[in-house]
Amino acid sequence: MTLLEIHEPGTTPLPHAGEDTLAIGIDLGTTNSVVAVAREGRAEALRDDHGTSLVPSVVYYGADGKTDVGGAALAHLTGEPHRVVSSIKRLMGRGAADVAAIAGVRAYAVEPGTGETDMVRLRIGGRALTPVEISADILRALRVRAEAALGRAIGKAVVTVPAYFDDAARTATRDAARLAGLEVLRLVNEPTAAALAYGLDKDVEGIYAVYDLGGGTFDFSLLRLEKGVFQVLATGGDSALGGDDFDRALVEHALASMAARGASHVLKPDEAKTALMAGRRAKEALTAAARAELVLDLGGQPTTFAIDRTAFETLIAPPVDRTIGICARVLSDAAIEPSDVRGVVLVGGSTRVPLVRERVGRLFGKPPLADIDPDEVVALGAALQAEALTVGSDTLLLDVTPLSLGIETMGGIVEKVIPRNTPIPVSLAQEFTTYQDGQGAMVLHVVQGEREMAADCRSLARFELQGIPPMAAGAARIRVTFTVDADGLLTVAAQEKTTGVTQRVEVKPTYGISEDDMARMLYDSLEHAQQDMEGRLLIEARVEAERLLLALDAALAADGDLLTSAERSELEGDMGRLRTAIAGTDRDAITAAAQALEERSKVFAERRMDRGVRSALSGLSLDQLESKVG
Amino acid sequence: MSNPTAAATASATGATCWSCGARTAGPAPFCTACGAVQPPGQVDHFARLGLERLFEVDMTQLDRRYFDLQRQLHPDRFARRTAREKALSQQQAAALNEAYETLRNPLRRARYLARSLGVDLPDEGRTIDDPELLMEAMERREALVEAATPAQVEQLANDAAGERNDVLQSLSALFAATDKAAIRAAILRLAYLDKFTEEARARRFSMVRAEP
Repeated sequence: MTLLEIHEPGTTPLPHAGEDTLAIGIDLGTTNSVVAVAREGRAEALRDDHGTSLVPSVVYYGADGKTDVGGAALAHLTGEPHRVVSSIKRLMGRGAADVAAIAGVRAYAVEPGTGETDMVRLRIGGRALTPVEISADILRALRVRAEAALGRAIGKAVVTVPAYFDDAARTATRDAARLAGLEVLRLVNEPTAAALAYGLDKDVEGIYAVYDLGGGTFDFSLLRLEKGVFQVLATGGDSALGGDDFDRALVEHALASMAARGASHVLKPDEAKTALMAGRRAKEALTAAARAELVLDLGGQPTTFAIDRTAFETLIAPPVDRTIGICARVLSDAAIEPSDVRGVVLVGGSTRVPLVRERVGRLFGKPPLADIDPDEVVALGAALQAEALTVGSDTLLLDVTPLSLGIETMGGIVEKVIPRNTPIPVSLAQEFTTYQDGQGAMVLHVVQGEREMAADCRSLARFELQGIPPMAAGAARIRVTFTVDADGLLTVAAQEKTTGVTQRVEVKPTYGISEDDMARMLYDSLEHAQQDMEGRLLIEARVEAERLLLALDAALAADGDLLTSAERSELEGDMGRLRTAIAGTDRDAITAAAQALEERSKVFAERRMDRGVRSALSGLSLDQLESKVG
Repeated sequence: MSNPTAAATASATGATCWSCGARTAGPAPFCTACGAVQPPGQVDHFARLGLERLFEVDMTQLDRRYFDLQRQLHPDRFARRTAREKALSQQQAAALNEAYETLRNPLRRARYLARSLGVDLPDEGRTIDDPELLMEAMERREALVEAATPAQVEQLANDAAGERNDVLQSLSALFAATDKAAIRAAILRLAYLDKFTEEARARRFSMVRAEP
């Protein structure tokens, strides 16, 4: 560089031209991964000698310590299936407790982790490997491919993650990249990356949608593009909805037609796997052709079914309509009409199905954008963002939190601190208080999810704020601050305001749930909103009632002499009735008993107040007075 | 923080740039002398976005200011700077997001302005304490539960949307006149209408999903 460049304060600094200015973009997928690079705003996927950009996310661990990734690893599937690992993305950031529930890894012995992390290990070919290490092997292979294609060493990357990836999975992805010798410049959500791939080479403004239908998951996001700013408005999806459902529908249809002819056949587990593969081939054929053949190997007998596209479309209409229903909800979440959407970006191989394109086109009143390969579009967007972060560009991503973050309060109720779809980075605080007189410590349980009860949300971390000075219940002021950085990673701090006692934790989840379950929780929350609200009201009523009882116990101990024995036994009778009501689940009974008790205790409260005033007038110091009332 | 004079106080006190030691002019995000990013400080949300402190906000202008500032302050703009500058940009961007989220939502904006006037408001999402409003809310909710078709739900949602518009109109005038009691009532009404709209949306969504 011969000329010195001078920048306006705050504008992106241009780094010196050189080796490290080239960073790659990686779409680390469940089934396939893609690596891409962008130069001067133009992104291209990096291909192998056969011109293929897709790298199967599969790793083979040989007896001789040799490791193969991608197509080479797939080749070992027939001979040594127990040495081949696939779908490892589903285990990223998961704990031992979750693994049993996740399909596809049961073939391996799974060991709980040791030490500070509870990371699972898969026993493969005599080695115990964490999902982070296995993902690192895939990332390393992608880096090597990029280095071969570009003829230079690469040390930096932008890696994409699903919008629903939680804190643990994001951290695990970052760690895997580091193991593979890649510094992650930024984790970018997949739909955002896809929009980026379409946005930069065209001068677009307005609201865009990203429709991402993969093999087993569906994601839908709304983004606003304005003068190089990408603002995520809302996101939603279903983690158990995808192209695999189309394959299944075809196979089920074929079996049903056999049964109708009186030749019913029940698939054995190994037959089912090959039948679904046959279903997929037929589906792919129907993308281009009007009719195709489905060949099923039933009881060693190859049976051929002819199917035309119209019949296929009738079969897959229900799952496709479900994706359209989710689109409608996300639109309504963001208060946006389909006609406001300027373009719909298609992502994922399943969006090649003509019916999908037709239904999406019908909802939005315009044909979707499909001129970029839906399998490569995410990696291309990541590459563009990698270039933006190294060389500098005017493009800016403003992402949101995909799930709400909160604190468990009394009774297991979640108090949301950061709602979902809040722009990041974000730092929000909320004040909490003590529940009992003289409470010296408070456990803070950090959770993620949309449900009202902490038990139904994902637990992220638990920590304790100690050293709260002795105070009356409700007097302490504990300020809990949640900070989410631009990568979507959370830090929580708690401070007792009168003394300044502070505790801070980096949220590193110690155990987890599957990605599927996490997303399911989000959708379940819609259906359970009503039921949750009832549960919440009940618990709130109980907490209120218990608070009243605690206060009265304390007051009776201090000033019980203000009551006649008859008054006292009446009051205690009401207290007993309230305790009985609390033990039950009838919210109205609790509220009624609490109201009756409150009414009954009014006289007592008035007398206590009189005594307080008299004491003050008779020259007692404030301290003495408080110790009496307190 | 919700004090209208907060911005003025910050600029009156001034501060010293952590990087070059120069006195900074006020709540500016960058040092005027050396250009280094500064801590966000306690600045009124309207002042942070360079807007007049009024209930009526021009959304286009709000978005434009927000994007302009994020373009300068977002952590991605500091990817290759020092750890301290990265941390400050993170704080600046978070403060900006908080201001933007507060001002772009009419209910949050109204609550923010009302609190600085000393209007006593129940916590967000808490129960309605006006018996008349409570009765109306219950009747409307009942109608929603009884609605049998998406069109009926739509009708209820549209009615609520119309009333919401009226409340927003009235709030502009009430804030101009600093009528605290009426502001309080209007905010409670707005909160209830927002909540009802959300419930109607959820109901319509569940109807659409339940269809074969």
